[in-house]
Amino acid sequence: MKGMTLIVKTISDFVVAFIVVFGAYIVLYGHLTPGGGFSGGVIIACAFILLMLAHGKDVAFSKLSERAAHILDSAGAIAFLVIGWIGVVGGFFFLNVFGRGEQFRLLSSGMILPANIAIAFKVGSSLFLVFSALAIFRRRSFRSMIEDELP
Amino acid sequence: MTVYFLCVVLLTMGLYCLVAKKNIVKKVIGLIIMEYAVNLYLIIIGYKRGGVAPVIERGMNPAALERFVDPLPQALVLTSIVIGLGVMALMVAMCLRLYEKHGTFDMSQISKLRG
Amino acid sequence: MENITPQLYTLLVFMVVGSIVAIEARNLLSAVISVSAVGFALSVAFLFLGAPDIAITQLVVEILVLIILIRGTILLDNTAIEKGRDTLAMVASLIFFGLILGFGAMIFGSTGFPEFGEPLMRVSRVYVQTGLPATYAANIVAAVILDFRAYDTLGEASVLFAAILGALALLRRSGSATREEVVSA
Repeated sequence: MKGMTLIVKTISDFVVAFIVVFGAYIVLYGHLTPGGGFSGGVIIACAFILLMLAHGKDVAFSKLSERAAHILDSAGAIAFLVIGWIGVVGGFFFLNVFGRGEQFRLLSSGMILPANIAIAFKVGSSLFLVFSALAIFRRRSFRSMIEDELP
Repeated sequence: MTVYFLCVVLLTMGLYCLVAKKNIVKKVIGLIIMEYAVNLYLIIIGYKRGGVAPVIERGMNPAALERFVDPLPQALVLTSIVIGLGVMALMVAMCLRLYEKHGTFDMSQISKLRG
Repeated sequence: MENITPQLYTLLVFMVVGSIVAIEARNLLSAVISVSAVGFALSVAFLFLGAPDIAITQLVVEILVLIILIRGTILLDNTAIEKGRDTLAMVASLIFFGLILGFGAMIFGSTGFPEFGEPLMRVSRVYVQTGLPATYAANIVAAVILDFRAYDTLGEASVLFAAILGALALLRRSGSATREEVVSA
């Protein structure tokens, strides 16, 4: 149960940081290059799922606990809603009232960047949660069946 | 026109898998194939011949905007793909629950047992 | 990329063949892997069709689908149940296929369906022309999903939230009593 072999553990330790950085890049530059909150969030979730597959659930939960994932999931959804409500200040729901900045810069385009970040938190943490729930459920309910087949 | 026809063929194959197969995992696979067919159809409708991706670069000629493919179906499909993932996770959770309860993936046996 | 029709047809035929394998395979593991091959071909097709956003998303989502399907189902019961052909389902699918083609011919027969490669773009022209000046986002797809049509994205985020909540509620620990425990309690 304690994860895979030493080779897989070493390589995944080495790779996880790069995957998270790449996911953050995809999220942050979503308004300038192809990408955005949805795909970047799934990439970040993939990094944590790789940790869980390679090391077992304890190591993955020490990096991002189940409770923290729940909180991040709900916080992302609420943040997206709040960004929508901020638009009411300027007239109507989801109006882009933030400063636009300068074209083709990272800090531009008003609410698109924070909305991307909120969606990334929501998608990433919720997919990590559902995968960990599937893994735990499967291990709890089908323990005898699985241990027969696993080495 | 043949492209649309092939999309409809893919959709029908997914429907057949969803209706005919007794295994629950096969039903999930059929639903995934139907989702692929619909997504591909929407993107193909928005394709423009010789078109490029709708991303503006610095110092781009305004005439190049005319060559962009349709961004609206892409925006709809982008979210629908992630929702498809969530729905698939929900269906797999249901499959595992049913397996835990009945010990089989066979739909005909599960409906016989009346659990 | 001027003419992508041959590549597109190759990918579509590959997808149809992969789906046939996925539907008819006896072994569930090979069925799951075939459906993932279809998904990766779909990602390449999106790249040819000028949709890099969708291609990235489809690629990473496909990886997760493969992992979840294999982890969730495969070790349990590996053989598919085959009890002969279900002719009723076959006939129903063929009727559905005919209905789609028939309605398509009925609706678009007189006005003409938009040919492949010539979209209407009545709404999208506005988005493309005013996307950069109005939102300062260089990626028009991001401008559409998070500025022009952010309502849609809010609805879709709530659908995702509901789906994930449903999965978590199905898998939670307290509801997992088997029937014997319920009966004896």
